[in-house]
Amino acid sequence: MAIGVTGTPEKRKSSGSIINDPQVRGIFYQAITIIILAVLVYWTVQNTVENLQRANIASGYGFLNGRAGFDLGQSLIAFTSDSTYGRALVVGFVNTLLVAITGIITATIIGFIVGVGRLSHNWIIAKLSLAYVEVFRNIPPLLVIFFWYSGVLAILPQAREALALPFDIYVSNRGVAFPRAIFGEGSQYTLFALIIAVVASFVFARYARQRQEATGQRLPVLSIVLGLLIGLPLITFLATGAPLTFDIPVAGKFNLTGGSVVGPEFMSLFLALSFYTAAFIAEIVRAGIRGVSKGQTEAAHALGIRPRLTTRLVVVPQAMRIIIPPLTSQYLNLTKNSSLAVAVGYADLVAVGGTILNQTGQAIEVVSIWLIVYLSLSLATSLFMNWYNARMALVER
Amino acid sequence: MSTHQASFVRASMIEASPAPALEAGIVRWLRKNLFATPKDSVLTIISLLILAWLVPPAIQWLFVDAAWTGGGRGVCATLSQGGSQPEGWSGACWAFVNAKLGQFVFGRYPLEEQWRPALVGILFVLFLVPMLIPKIPYKGLNAVLLLAVLPIIATTLLPGGWLGLPYVETALWGGLMVTLVLSFVGIAVSLPLGILLALGRRSDMPVIKMLCTVFIEMVRGVPLITVLFMASVMLPLFLPQGVTFDKFLRALIGVSFFASAYMAEVVRGGLQAIPKGQYEGADSLGLSYWQKMNLIILPQALKLVIPGIVNTFIGLFKDTSLVSIIGMFDLLGIVRLNFSDANWASAVTPLTGLIFAGFIFWLFCFGMSRYSGFMERLLDKSHR
Repeated sequence: MAIGVTGTPEKRKSSGSIINDPQVRGIFYQAITIIILAVLVYWTVQNTVENLQRANIASGYGFLNGRAGFDLGQSLIAFTSDSTYGRALVVGFVNTLLVAITGIITATIIGFIVGVGRLSHNWIIAKLSLAYVEVFRNIPPLLVIFFWYSGVLAILPQAREALALPFDIYVSNRGVAFPRAIFGEGSQYTLFALIIAVVASFVFARYARQRQEATGQRLPVLSIVLGLLIGLPLITFLATGAPLTFDIPVAGKFNLTGGSVVGPEFMSLFLALSFYTAAFIAEIVRAGIRGVSKGQTEAAHALGIRPRLTTRLVVVPQAMRIIIPPLTSQYLNLTKNSSLAVAVGYADLVAVGGTILNQTGQAIEVVSIWLIVYLSLSLATSLFMNWYNARMALVER
Repeated sequence: MSTHQASFVRASMIEASPAPALEAGIVRWLRKNLFATPKDSVLTIISLLILAWLVPPAIQWLFVDAAWTGGGRGVCATLSQGGSQPEGWSGACWAFVNAKLGQFVFGRYPLEEQWRPALVGILFVLFLVPMLIPKIPYKGLNAVLLLAVLPIIATTLLPGGWLGLPYVETALWGGLMVTLVLSFVGIAVSLPLGILLALGRRSDMPVIKMLCTVFIEMVRGVPLITVLFMASVMLPLFLPQGVTFDKFLRALIGVSFFASAYMAEVVRGGLQAIPKGQYEGADSLGLSYWQKMNLIILPQALKLVIPGIVNTFIGLFKDTSLVSIIGMFDLLGIVRLNFSDANWASAVTPLTGLIFAGFIFWLFCFGMSRYSGFMERLLDKSHR
């Protein structure tokens, strides 16, 4: 260390011409970069201001309070054409979150099944999983969306001849209609019971872990937690007189009435994103499981731990350490890919923003909103990843 | 003693008996790979049932029932839809792909000028194939041909407008040609730009480091479609009045910038994996920064991240399909445009067109990933 400290700038300067001093050069290059950048920014701003003045566009976010004047196909919160642009963007954001969250759940399930399938000793399962991964990884997601949208969902029967599935679900080219649950008087108690059950499960799991650390005795955590989570709400539900009815879709002469309908736009986007991302998740899962060295399993067996417990206590925790970081970036990719909604007209943030951009010409403002929303999503994800990495990182001595 | 004979000791070797029937040949393979445990057997049977349910109808639809030739929608529509097929018919409409193949490859490029993109395509293959085969010598000359001569020829021939060639505006370009031009330029720009950005992000100069980091994180944080919107809507705002960019060029800029940011992160991973001793060794030899990077660090770092680089290329190739959203007609865009052709509109046309486009995309991406695996193994061996 002492040698490193003596290499101070004063000493280096004396050794030659100032032109060859790396520090002076560094400052010089950076100064040039800053000057060029400043000129470029000034020129761009100047041009933009001129262009905006000529096109008669007032900059600023005041336009968000204007009347939207367009309808949105699907929205979870109330929206009419009289609502404001700001509300339209909120609807778009909620729709983005909806398709992202449902897509993430399905993609994770399919991805884990296929990823484990690729490692299966069963030849046919391994080959089928390989085929799945190689097909979906090498096709653009946009094409998969169109495949579902205009290839599959569009040639389903018309609404009046809808395919009837069990549980009063109807599939037609207008989307999927399913019974809508209507919660009657007293159903809030069931919700309370569920919340209490969740809290109680956490407390119990914590207690069980502490007890195991202290005494080495294991409690049947899984069955008790499951019992709590299912039993408590169920008992409350029945005790309050089962206050739940369904609004069942009925096939009318031209259309289905009643129930909830999920449009083909959402369905195609959701299916495509799930299937596409699942192929990548499968590869991540496979790499994660393969990344746990065989010695770990053998050591666990040598200690007399049963195979199932070996998987749960030895392999999976170590595999998750490898899996989680790339998995989060796949989740982020799925969220970003949900912007392909604009191609099929599903009203997500980018599609709504695009419509507003065309109507008002507020390009800079709309793009800045996109940037802020997506960048904060990425930032939140990378913060989570850093936190998780710090928690899970191998502590080596 | 030697005359004593123990009758229970065998004096001669016996013939090796054949393996038990259950442990030999195909039976063994089946038992080991398909029916090892009861759970395995159940899974195998379920998979076979699913395959039997899916594959024969798919083959039926794709090949047996398909309409291979014909001049209009009639061959792909049933009688009640105004066609010649029997009621309840459904099959691939390859006649549609057959009739539109020229458009799928060249877009709406004028028919009598299509030799120009075709020539560029042939040159591209001629320059690329020897580049990809490691045994063929003169790689340097080959790289010059591919990365300097070919772009010059392409920018001369494709738009034309001089040397007696009529001008073909980029709005008429389309199909596979646009997909390939976008990907080639994207790849050729994003690799050097990505390396520069990665070096910048690891630079000692705080200003450069910050600028590169901000650029990389901003671009990586947003979806490509917003970058394309930015390139197509905001770029004209930033330029003085009268200066206009071609729409195609704008898309090129958007795609290249987007891929550069991803490439930068891949390259950075490689730079970080190089041991510090390599940097210090280069410094102690008195190499300048660029000598150090070009001769010592980058050759090692890039070799390490070949899979990541190719994955970025594959991603870029797939992402070029997004330009169809901002009104350009790449392979996917032109296929979709033709769905609305009244002469070919039928229930099975979209599915057939999409399967065709998907197959083409798949072929390119799969080829790239296979080649990257080959390259990786080749370089890995030379490493030991």
